[in-house]
Amino acid sequence: MAPPVSLDTINPKVLECEYAVRGEIVTLAQRLQDELKAKPGSQPFDEILYCNIGNPQSLGQQPIAFFREVLALCDHPSILDKSETQGLFSADAIERAWQILDQIPGRATGAYSHSQGVKGLRDTIAAGIEARDGFPANPNDIFLTDGASPAVHMMMQLLIRSQKDGMLCPIPQYPLYSASIALHGGSLVPYYLDEATGWGLEISELKKQLEDAKSKGITVRALVVINPGNPTGQVLAEDNQRAIVEFCKQEGLVLLADEVYQENVYVPEKKFHSFKKIARSMGYYGECGKRGGYMEVTGFSPEVREQIYKVASVNLCSNISGQILASLVMSPPKVGDESYESYSAEKDGILSSLARRAKTLEDAFNNLEGVTCNKAEGAMYLFPRIRLPQKAIKAAEAAKKAPDAFYCQRLLNATGVVVVPGSGFGQVPGTWHFRCTILPQEDKIPAIVSRLTEFHKSFMDEFRD
Amino acid sequence: MAPKALDYESLNENVKKVQYAVRGELYLRASELQKEGKKIIFTNVGNPHALGQKPLTFPRQVVALCQAPFLLDDPNVGLLFPADAIARAKHYLSMTSGGLGAYSDSRGIPGIRKEVAEFIGRRDEYPSDPELIFLTDGASKGVMQILNTIIRGEGDGVLVPVPQYPLYSAAISLFGGSLVPYYLEETANWGLDVNDLRHAVFQARSKGITVRAMVIINPGNPTGQCLSEANLREILHFCYQENLVLLGDEVYQQNIYQDERPFISARKVLMDMGPPISKEIQLVSFHTVSKGYWGECGQRGGYFEMTNIPPQTVDEIYKVASISLSPNVPAQIFMALMVNPPKPGDISYEQYIRESKGILESLRRRARIMTDGFNSCRNVVCNFTEGAMYSFPQIRLPPKAIDAAKKAGKVPDVFYCLKLLEATGISTVPGSGFGQKEGVFHLRTTILPAEEDMPAIMASFKKFNDEFMDEYDDHRGYSRM
Repeated sequence: MAPPVSLDTINPKVLECEYAVRGEIVTLAQRLQDELKAKPGSQPFDEILYCNIGNPQSLGQQPIAFFREVLALCDHPSILDKSETQGLFSADAIERAWQILDQIPGRATGAYSHSQGVKGLRDTIAAGIEARDGFPANPNDIFLTDGASPAVHMMMQLLIRSQKDGMLCPIPQYPLYSASIALHGGSLVPYYLDEATGWGLEISELKKQLEDAKSKGITVRALVVINPGNPTGQVLAEDNQRAIVEFCKQEGLVLLADEVYQENVYVPEKKFHSFKKIARSMGYYGECGKRGGYMEVTGFSPEVREQIYKVASVNLCSNISGQILASLVMSPPKVGDESYESYSAEKDGILSSLARRAKTLEDAFNNLEGVTCNKAEGAMYLFPRIRLPQKAIKAAEAAKKAPDAFYCQRLLNATGVVVVPGSGFGQVPGTWHFRCTILPQEDKIPAIVSRLTEFHKSFMDEFRD
Repeated sequence: MAPKALDYESLNENVKKVQYAVRGELYLRASELQKEGKKIIFTNVGNPHALGQKPLTFPRQVVALCQAPFLLDDPNVGLLFPADAIARAKHYLSMTSGGLGAYSDSRGIPGIRKEVAEFIGRRDEYPSDPELIFLTDGASKGVMQILNTIIRGEGDGVLVPVPQYPLYSAAISLFGGSLVPYYLEETANWGLDVNDLRHAVFQARSKGITVRAMVIINPGNPTGQCLSEANLREILHFCYQENLVLLGDEVYQQNIYQDERPFISARKVLMDMGPPISKEIQLVSFHTVSKGYWGECGQRGGYFEMTNIPPQTVDEIYKVASISLSPNVPAQIFMALMVNPPKPGDISYEQYIRESKGILESLRRRARIMTDGFNSCRNVVCNFTEGAMYSFPQIRLPPKAIDAAKKAGKVPDVFYCLKLLEATGISTVPGSGFGQKEGVFHLRTTILPAEEDMPAIMASFKKFNDEFMDEYDDHRGYSRM
């Protein structure tokens, strides 16, 4: 008798879903890292550099001090009225901690909160959204979640009834979307971003894919837009955004706007404008490990909100520390606050460094033979296109790997740099890419560039037609 | 214009089927009343800190230091934090890949999973493999993940105790499976009879359902009973015979209020049974930082431990976990501290023991106070709370009350609980939220209100109940077990 939980008997949707960001190449990298630890000098590099995942603080980015001060005080409020605390923490952090604790019933940060998140914290976030957009936000439209993923899963759960329900997703896309669609049994309806025009989003392409899906009997329910883009880094122009909203209105689609990178815009000619629905853990604070995020859901009926609330309530609530952090991110220190100067310096430091690293790596990729790389206008990634010679493609086939995975593995073995093959994100068939973060510390970048350049040259020398 | 995607009619039906009474009608009504200025005592959810239980000092010190590591460089840190908390913070920070703000391994920080494995090894006297332990954002997320892995469609059934904690029924609905109920026997102290299990499985199979898994909640929620070793052995044998994976919800393992049946884990009993059974029965065990004497619900820290699950299946579960990147790191540290608390000789040991004992002994007293209090009320019968955090009294509603409920369009126990709420501010969860035998009514309350408030709360309940029974009881017969 087959054991109840074996590969043959588990939910087939689990088998179907894929998530390359922490996929095969990462497993290989971890193995190499273990080997390196056990036998230093056994590899042609000293360390593994994880450029596969947007995880800034794992690569040395420092947290924003003010945020951490407040969180520490909220975790251990019994020190708030001790005189020694004044010496260890800034005055405005202490004040903010008091403010936040007063918004939490009984000052109990260890208690389950309201299933949408602590009301006072949602008020703060709503005010932050209003300050950002110039339009009011309703705290009752906000659901605080353990990071962005649960929010995406919730929406997929709500919207997908069967395989006949389709979700329009950009190609290339962050594979949380393809994975969660597969997990919830829906259909991914791809729309291609145009690499030649800086990863532009054309309404005509949306229309075409929608019609195509309809003709196959698929009911398209929603449109996913990632702005700034991941892995592609483009920032949408305002009129493009307006056309997208118009399209959704006409076709009766929910717009799922992933705006987690809204604070990461590196080009002066572009500005972030919200689609008014986001979950975040990125930007310049990079507090990935806290799992703090929210979604703002607007334009739907009370009955539907009830259902969303109900699903949220089964998990009781998201982690309180993450909720507090989300509120801090939406209401950081202001001019005049004691911590404003240091906060401002930290923020500007991180953002300008990210912009520099984006440019340096973009130029480096563009200098490689057969490689073109669009500018990273925003987000945290570069997505260079590699043109692989036929010999390389054949070698990949023989190794039973996708050509970009083959390239990435060779890159890893030669340089210790971990990137994610483009097939993990989707790409126009016959084209190859990989996604590399811009996150290694600035002083490491020159070494990465030279290692990459050296590797690419020898790869091309080996496989050039 | 076409119906919009997020119109109620076009929502996923499985979502609409989900029910979760713990934060359902009673809770929403209580919140409304609270907004209107009424004093509400929330006993609807096991949320100790919300009712005044203080967090343990040591873990809060350690996590605060981890949140703000610059403190560790400050020469004055010793004025506010004891040396062992400082050492522990450094210890856990060194395990992270960049502090609390970096995604960890999707299964949780390896060093912490190792400490969890060591805890399990000490508790059960059998080694546990850290590779088979996954940390999660609360035990509930772990339960959902495992159920989602098992359930392929409505043809798949999961055995769930009745009464049960409604996470299970909600998750099964959400994932489109079938709930196969097995009734716990109230007159036998909420005992579990294997014959009932057999019967439940037989009935399910006759309806074409493939029963895949069995859930046990030990200690029980809402029922509080602690399973005996013999009972656990029977259950394991049953799972072996019927080819079921056993899901052991053991989140209340620290909450034991009697000495006849101490907590024994399903894994220990399984290992004690020896091969071949110990190597064959598939088991997933769940634990949390939310309950016990820690009560750190808001952190969302939990884990599941897999036993005899094939490596490829473990890989698939890992794959799904990786989509959400990682569980929250502060909660992982809480988990580590829970499984690896201060030891004799540590600076913080005495305080830790004092705080923990204080909480546990008080819970034990409150379990008794509540049980006795309910039993002293007219038409109320209440089994003793052997474990967990709840009291689940049976309310024998007179026929007149049941009629009144029908007229008001409410399920009888909802009717009773709403009246209780309006009269006393005590917010409970009606038994129908957990499941009960047809025609038998209960309510669930927690034993968590502060000890000094208990006499007044029980008196308030008694007064309401007396008045309710005066109004509706005509001594001619009433709902019974």
